Amino acid sequence: MPDIVTEIIHKYNYWLYIILMMIGLYAMIAKNNLIKKLIGMNIFQTAIILFFISIGYKEDATIPIIVGGHGPEMSHQAIEAAQYMNPLPHVLMLTAIVVSVATLGVALALVIMVYQRYQTLEEDEIRMRVTQ
Amino acid sequence: MKLAGLIIVMICGGLLLTATQDFPAWGDPSSPASTHLSPHFITEALHETGAPNLVTAVLADYRGYDTMFETVVVFGAGLACILLLRTYTQRTRGREYRHIPTGIVIHIQDPNKAPKGQREFQLIDNMWVPHDLIIKTVCRILIPFIQIFGLYVVCHGDFSPGGGFQGGVIFGASLILLALSFDLRTFLEQMSEKALGLLCALGVVIYSGIGCMCILLGGNFLDYSQLAAVLPVDPGHVRALGMLGVEIGVGFSVMSVMAILYVNIASAGRHNQGL
Amino acid sequence: MLWQIDLVILALVIVCAIAAISVRDLLGTAILFGAYSFMMCLLWAVMGAVDVAFTEASVGAGVSSVFVVAAVFRTTRRTKD
Repeated sequence: MPDIVTEIIHKYNYWLYIILMMIGLYAMIAKNNLIKKLIGMNIFQTAIILFFISIGYKEDATIPIIVGGHGPEMSHQAIEAAQYMNPLPHVLMLTAIVVSVATLGVALALVIMVYQRYQTLEEDEIRMRVTQ
Repeated sequence: MKLAGLIIVMICGGLLLTATQDFPAWGDPSSPASTHLSPHFITEALHETGAPNLVTAVLADYRGYDTMFETVVVFGAGLACILLLRTYTQRTRGREYRHIPTGIVIHIQDPNKAPKGQREFQLIDNMWVPHDLIIKTVCRILIPFIQIFGLYVVCHGDFSPGGGFQGGVIFGASLILLALSFDLRTFLEQMSEKALGLLCALGVVIYSGIGCMCILLGGNFLDYSQLAAVLPVDPGHVRALGMLGVEIGVGFSVMSVMAILYVNIASAGRHNQGL
Repeated sequence: MLWQIDLVILALVIVCAIAAISVRDLLGTAILFGAYSFMMCLLWAVMGAVDVAFTEASVGAGVSSVFVVAAVFRTTRRTKD
């Protein structure tokens, strides 16, 4: 039993990200309102983005901008990979965030279309009116 | 549905939680993600591209092809929003009034006539603006500074945090602030729908045009070092300048897509009244 | 990174997420979602991903909250769950 406790203490970040992802997934499946489902989708996305960013984190490293890289005299000192954080997950997730707001916009446009047609945002009422 | 959803979520979460045992320790510099490709980016990017901000260097140079299609995705989202929501009603002369208790909008052709029972009707759009003088004045002073900051973020993206996506969103947010603090009509007089659509496409054209120019100058697609033939700068900086051009394209596209999304969502495609 | 700051912000993020999907007013959902995005931005700044934090502060906490508020304004605030 203490084994599991130390495991959680060492990897508490991963556990909390997975809890956040479970919240998002639950909102997407079980909530009845379409906008709540969209918020759940965004929570799910940010949980996955959080996981990716946490992979790029290194202990005792600084942000991925080269120190002294500005200006005419660019530093020619040796750059060690352990000094800077991993920039690759940051790049991937930066574009993912912008695409997520684009998908949110299209999804909200669809929600407005659904509301104009059925006058409701509740999934069960929409289903009832479709079958009528 | 709720119970079934809870069970599915618990099963997925349980599987993932058992998988955390195999993850590398938190912040481990020798984890697999940090040992294969990223050391090359960190140690070589400054010499190869001339941009101290590694994120921008990887975004616009090493993964430039990927970012080009991200821009196309954003462009496609703006296009999809217009196609889904926009309704082109004939804008004849006259005014629209909303009946406040019921929410019904009526249209009166003669601009000099007003509906009976003036108190129950609210004039939509037109010159009449229901907003506060303080908010309008503060926003009028604030918007130019926000836009200058957006330009700074785009242009300084090679050296500090920022870049085309962030600068474009900040610029788009300043346009949205204009539409919020004044009204949608004022905003569309400043930036018409046509101008927004053209800017949106222009961003993608700038990006792919820089890529094609590299082909015409004899290199690969998006190989910015070929631009040294047309840009009068030393070869160490030419890749950074190519990245700057690409970022400007991304900024145009993202800025106008944010404005298009806001205008269409806030007026449900009619472009007559915002929030 | 101080694990205390990290833990506090993570707890706030989870509280905001649960509140955003359980409040019975869609305007409240929009605002709580903005708060959630802002907490997320702080978390990324703490982790050293400054570009991602910058993007999230402008996109997540700024523009997408406005989009959700606009959509709620054009549809309805009513929700059953």
